[in-house]
Amino acid sequence: MHHFIDRRQNPKGKSLGNRQRFLRRTRHHIKEMVDKSVQKRSVTGNGPEDMAKDERVTVPVKGIREPRLSHSNTGGYRQRVFPGNKDFVVGDSFPRPKGGAGEGGRKASESGEGEDGFSFNLTREEYLQILFDGLELPDLIRKTSVETETIATRRAGITTSGTPNNLNLIRTMRNSLGRRIALKRPSGSEFAKLEAEIRELEELDAPTVNEVQLLEDLRQKLEALKRRRKVVGYIDPLDLRYDTYTTEKVRNSRAVVFCLMDVSGSMQEREKDLAKRFFILLNLFLERAYEHSEIVFVRHTHQAEEVDEETFFYARETGGTIVSTALQEMREIIDERYPPDEWNIYAAQASDGENFGNDSNKCEALLNQHLLPVCQYYAYIEILPESDTALLNDAAAGADLWQAYRRVKAQWSNFEMLRVTEPAHIYPMFRELFAKKQKGEVS
Amino acid sequence: MNAPAEEKTRPLFDGPEWSFELMGTVHDAIEEIAIGELGLDVYPNQIEIISAEQMLDAYSCAGMPLMYQHWSFGKHFVRDETYYRKGMMGLAYEIVINSNPCISYNMEENTMAMQTLVMAHAAFGHNHFFKNNYLFRDWTDASGIHDYLAFAKNFIADCEERYGLDAVEQVLDAAHSLKDQGVFRYGRPPKPTAQELEAMARAREGEASSRSVLDIWTDATLGEIREERSPADREVSSRQSALNLPQENLLYFLEKHSPVLEPWQREIVRIVRYLAQYLYPQKQTKVMNEGCATFCHYYIINRLHEKGLITQGAFMEMMHSHTNVIMQPEFDDPRFSGLNPYAIGFAMMQDIRRICEAPTDEDREWFPDFAGNPDWKSVLREAWANYRDESFILQYLSPHLIRQLKLFVITDDEKQPELVVSQIHNRAGYREIRQILARSYDLAWLEPDIQVVDADLKGDRELQLTHTIQNGIDLVDEDRAEVLKHIRTLWGYEVSLTGRDRETGDQVYRVSTADPKDKAA
Repeated sequence: MHHFIDRRQNPKGKSLGNRQRFLRRTRHHIKEMVDKSVQKRSVTGNGPEDMAKDERVTVPVKGIREPRLSHSNTGGYRQRVFPGNKDFVVGDSFPRPKGGAGEGGRKASESGEGEDGFSFNLTREEYLQILFDGLELPDLIRKTSVETETIATRRAGITTSGTPNNLNLIRTMRNSLGRRIALKRPSGSEFAKLEAEIRELEELDAPTVNEVQLLEDLRQKLEALKRRRKVVGYIDPLDLRYDTYTTEKVRNSRAVVFCLMDVSGSMQEREKDLAKRFFILLNLFLERAYEHSEIVFVRHTHQAEEVDEETFFYARETGGTIVSTALQEMREIIDERYPPDEWNIYAAQASDGENFGNDSNKCEALLNQHLLPVCQYYAYIEILPESDTALLNDAAAGADLWQAYRRVKAQWSNFEMLRVTEPAHIYPMFRELFAKKQKGEVS
Repeated sequence: MNAPAEEKTRPLFDGPEWSFELMGTVHDAIEEIAIGELGLDVYPNQIEIISAEQMLDAYSCAGMPLMYQHWSFGKHFVRDETYYRKGMMGLAYEIVINSNPCISYNMEENTMAMQTLVMAHAAFGHNHFFKNNYLFRDWTDASGIHDYLAFAKNFIADCEERYGLDAVEQVLDAAHSLKDQGVFRYGRPPKPTAQELEAMARAREGEASSRSVLDIWTDATLGEIREERSPADREVSSRQSALNLPQENLLYFLEKHSPVLEPWQREIVRIVRYLAQYLYPQKQTKVMNEGCATFCHYYIINRLHEKGLITQGAFMEMMHSHTNVIMQPEFDDPRFSGLNPYAIGFAMMQDIRRICEAPTDEDREWFPDFAGNPDWKSVLREAWANYRDESFILQYLSPHLIRQLKLFVITDDEKQPELVVSQIHNRAGYREIRQILARSYDLAWLEPDIQVVDADLKGDRELQLTHTIQNGIDLVDEDRAEVLKHIRTLWGYEVSLTGRDRETGDQVYRVSTADPKDKAA
């Protein structure tokens, strides 16, 4: 009596609960490492993508030991049986081997506890989950997010009929090869050999009777092979396999992130580096919330332009500082390419806080009238000199631009502003921006 | 089933692809040989096909089909998965569970030839062993294990919901650290009575989940002392139990007598203890279990081949795999990592067959009971049923095999500067080698002897444990301190452990959770 069950289709991730408990147990260590990886990571890599790859995490064994009462591997009196004696006789002696080889030293490694650290990969999901643990989009944003519906295609296996452009060559050729072998289709080399023999016989000046007979046989054989070759085709309609696709409706939400940065002379490598860290985090965070996200880089001096990432962070530019040009540029790009009823628009602006003359008022007007009504969220970060801790701690003090933005903030809940002086500030600040807010708390 | 004329039998399969239909046919052909020729007695088979990921799942949960959730299983999964992905570890072709029906998990990647081998190995070899070996018969309840696992999983999930993950984790961590000390090594449990069976059935139906019923049915399966549970009797019985000390089963003692555990915590301790006891026979029969399965599959595939039921290619593939499994590297080989239980078990069983079929004078002298016995199958079945690794080796390891494997003994005495070869495969050494090898499979020797000796419930309530030190072999220091802390969690009061030498009775060490930190840590 027997009974077979196909378990392969059972839902995956049976041990997911165990994995979550394990991560939970080591959360403290993992969190530390993930946070460190964000702050220490070089920003000169290949942009935001390289940050979110699978993250290798090493957890010290200490927290996850499973202690047992067990015998130690050394000391005392012990006897052990070994196989494969070569030339030992009773009474032979030799010094104790160092470091685990030979006698003892084996029991512990079986349980896998012998390692100093325990390393494994977090999936991208888990990495981001931990990185952004406790952060979420403000309620207001979630309510107003826009979604669109599109049709996507998905692979759906192999069929025997289809259009030539979907021909699956590998499967087809595999079938063809199998069939040719099975049905003994004569190969090209067989033909060549036979034809060579025939030619040789034909060229004889005075063939004997036997040779004439042989020639006749070979010719018939050749004919038979040719017939066979015709019957057993190289590729038969039976062999053909096609990829198939099915379409499905996908609801997707799209986001665009505008990175605005002042690149005038006062913004040095340090300031740009800080800004970049913030932009990367924002983008990673939004990627998690939206299926599709794009980034637009806008830099400005006394005039603004849209550039690619490389230029944005590394090209040098000189000129004055007119912040409103960037806002104006952003407004134009939105009008042109990102209709607010299809895109969730986010913006992050980085600057050292300097602005020309009374341009700050113009910025305020632009934000109030045009940008904030269509933006889900707008974050402004002001990068201060390292020594300037007085300003860092006093939200009320600041130059024109800061003051103007403070007035904006008072009106709009989707506007945030903050100040940083060093890389270590970025991540905590970021967390502060998106930390879950208690209900009723006014931000 | 087979046509009477065997001369022109067609192979059952030709090619690597397997299908359920094909596996059914092959299963029947194997069954005919296993039952008809070898006389095996097996539980009905339930063969499940699983993927690599599911195999890793099963690995992490001690091979159990269902398991409660705990971080340590997640840790094992993560570790195995990392090794597997790096190619540092291959996965087993199958896992088999001691249950009725006997469940074996076969990997989907196996070729048809491998599936055949695996069925012969697990679904018949291991299956027969589970059903017939005395340890499994007496200590495990093959038909109840699924229900019990389901109950354990749900119970612990409920507790997590009710008391929080941390509280449950704390108890599980502590209980897990005492798994090795949570088994009865010597006492033999009686079979449950009809009444108890009924109570078990009721509990399984989930009709009553009250603690008392659970208590009956877990205790009944293990066959514990039937304690009166009324509160008036409790004190009396606990005093009696105090008289019954020493107790080697620490989990049992804590479960019954801990002054601080809540009922649900006791239940969790009981679950861990029950599963430890369930797995204990497997720890004691590695050599025999694998030897039995390997011997069976070897016999079966040879017979299948002789009958013309498998192709030459399939046979070669199986033999290749068989050879890998029973490979025993010699001690100076870089691949050497101890004696291979498959190799020893298989070699010993082949040797028993040889002794029956073609005994030498030496064999007649050493094994007068069965040398030359024409029915080698019943000799083997008898061995499979009534021995465990230690006693099996002590009884059946022959001088012939000792010579063949060139076994020798190295003595490592701390007091001597050098290691000494104390026995080799000669007439003077056979008995000694056999004894030492047998002892190395005796869990009572391998695992430290730790017992509860006293707990003054009316006084300071300190739990006193004794470690009887054998041959001067100490415990792993760091773990000892950690485990004591875990015991303290379950006991609620201070715990001390005293190490005494078995020979002299002298106290070697004493550690206690009451000591200042630097000493206990």
